Amino acid sequence: MSVQAYITRQIPEEGMSILKKKLNVSSWCSENVMPREDLLKHVKGMNGILCTISDNMDKEVLDAAGPQLKVISTLSVGTGHIDVSECKKRGIEVLNTPDVASDSAAEFTVTLVLLVARRLLEGMDAVKNGEWGLWKPMWICGFEMGGRTLGIHGLGRVGFGIARRLKPFNIERIIYHDLYHKEYASSVGATLVDLPTLLAESDMLCICCAPTPQTIKSFNKEAFAKMKEGSILINTSRGVIVDHNDLDAALKAGRPMAAGLDVTDPEPLPIDHPLMKNPKCIITPHQGTSTWATRINMAKAAASNLYISLLGH
Amino acid sequence: MSTKPKVFITRRVPESGPTLLKTQCEVAQWNKDDPIPRNELLSSVKGVDALFCLLTEKIDGELLDAAGTSLKVVGTMSVGYDHVDLQACAERGVKVGFTPNVLTNAVAELTVALLLATSRRLKEAIRAVENGLWGTWKPMWLCGPGLEGSTVGIVGFGRIGMAVARCLKPFAVNCMLYTDFAERPAEAKEIGAEFRSLDEVLAASDFVLACVALTPDTKEMFNKDLFKKMKKTSVFINTSRGGVVQQDDLYQALVSGEIGAAGLDVTTPEPLPTDSPLLTLDNCVALPHIASATHNSRGAMSELTARNILSALNSQPMPSEIKAS
Repeated sequence: MSVQAYITRQIPEEGMSILKKKLNVSSWCSENVMPREDLLKHVKGMNGILCTISDNMDKEVLDAAGPQLKVISTLSVGTGHIDVSECKKRGIEVLNTPDVASDSAAEFTVTLVLLVARRLLEGMDAVKNGEWGLWKPMWICGFEMGGRTLGIHGLGRVGFGIARRLKPFNIERIIYHDLYHKEYASSVGATLVDLPTLLAESDMLCICCAPTPQTIKSFNKEAFAKMKEGSILINTSRGVIVDHNDLDAALKAGRPMAAGLDVTDPEPLPIDHPLMKNPKCIITPHQGTSTWATRINMAKAAASNLYISLLGH
Repeated sequence: MSTKPKVFITRRVPESGPTLLKTQCEVAQWNKDDPIPRNELLSSVKGVDALFCLLTEKIDGELLDAAGTSLKVVGTMSVGYDHVDLQACAERGVKVGFTPNVLTNAVAELTVALLLATSRRLKEAIRAVENGLWGTWKPMWLCGPGLEGSTVGIVGFGRIGMAVARCLKPFAVNCMLYTDFAERPAEAKEIGAEFRSLDEVLAASDFVLACVALTPDTKEMFNKDLFKKMKKTSVFINTSRGGVVQQDDLYQALVSGEIGAAGLDVTTPEPLPTDSPLLTLDNCVALPHIASATHNSRGAMSELTARNILSALNSQPMPSEIKAS
């Protein structure tokens, strides 16, 4: 009986072709998310599923697939959309794409740090709206990286990548908070600190930790009150780590001074959410890994993960 | 009995400069945010010993003559000096000061920010959110080139070009190239950049950065022929002077797919009119000349301009003097 795999979305051809060569594969041929009833129908009888973060891979889907399901391979680093403990109980392997995504995610986070610090959006709007007059010395002045303290919450691949990229901008100090000390931190001169210190001393604070019971909604009213005046908060990790209503209030109170969010909870954020209108908050639509090369590499990695797990080579 | 030298400041500027000048000079100032009208300027400079100006004031024979023989020094609060007729100043024995170095970090930072915002399609992404076009996550939506594994080409390897190269290095750039009138082997080695001819840089680079000064040699150098030599997916970034670009050719190159995208902090004219065709393009990001716009650097520029002026008035070497070649 041949090995069957299902792909829940149209993915780059470089990934598709790997799977077509090795397995009996069918797929949902659309850029858009599979409707729930179609997902439950098409996973029936599959040995492996390649999914994205938009697919809620819960008990119902696992039941619909059947006991022959051996592996779920996700086109992402995050696995929050998969019931990982239930998969473990059923002996279903869960695989993701951490290594190929970190560079573009770190790059995007730095993009947001600089975009917010140097007020690029205000600049772009001023050009479009005819507010750009002749050169003025004190117009749209932003804050410089030089002499600042960069704080990283979670010094994993992405957090470390951010630290490496910002270091040449004459950053004074890099501090990080994590569950434990990281060996590679010393190569960028980063020091481990506790969370209150990270909040109080960072001029730019980047959230790079995974969503866990400890971190979910940890960036709330109490946390924001501890942040430095004039600081910037960037979140490119997962939206659930931040309480968005508290963030709106905190921005209005000036602590932090500004924020950049590439991830929110939910995604998309409803158009009438106060953060969408808050001029101190820039929101981007989950673009962290959106380079052509990275998405292709993620597709190839997810496809390879799937067939290696199913075929053992 | 000696009288204090007279200085005229042509705009409201960060206090560090005027405060320093007031310790030794009698200071008059157009203390507004908008530029001084030409005829006001011409009458205000009559009989001054020094002029503290910005890049919005044309320092030419007419102005120098209006000031008269008392004028000893012009300090411009900018690193660009294409608005100053250096020859005319030299002929009249007027020294010229400018502000290199103190703004290099701010400009390098903004250049990198603009490159990232352009390549990662931030304008389109943010507008999509604002306009309710953000749906659920899609694998290939709004993807851009990214620096990882790319070739970067710096055209003009001066202070700013070198600072930008240093900042871009840790972005997993595969190859850093530069071109200039002369090689800079020591600095290039330290940064990890390689010298190439202009044509080689244009052909090989995924990102082309204009970091040249505006001179008769570089005026409109980025034109139709040059854009043809660039990769179709390339990203062009200009934070130097609008005058180095043939702007209509740039528009054509962007709209026809000759190049991939452009990020501009400087244009012709400035401000760019709101009906400029460049502003209709998704693949063109325009900023209003804010590369040195940080509180630190503008304060430092103001102070350095004052120190340039005071040194010249005291017949001492200026911290940053620019001479006609």
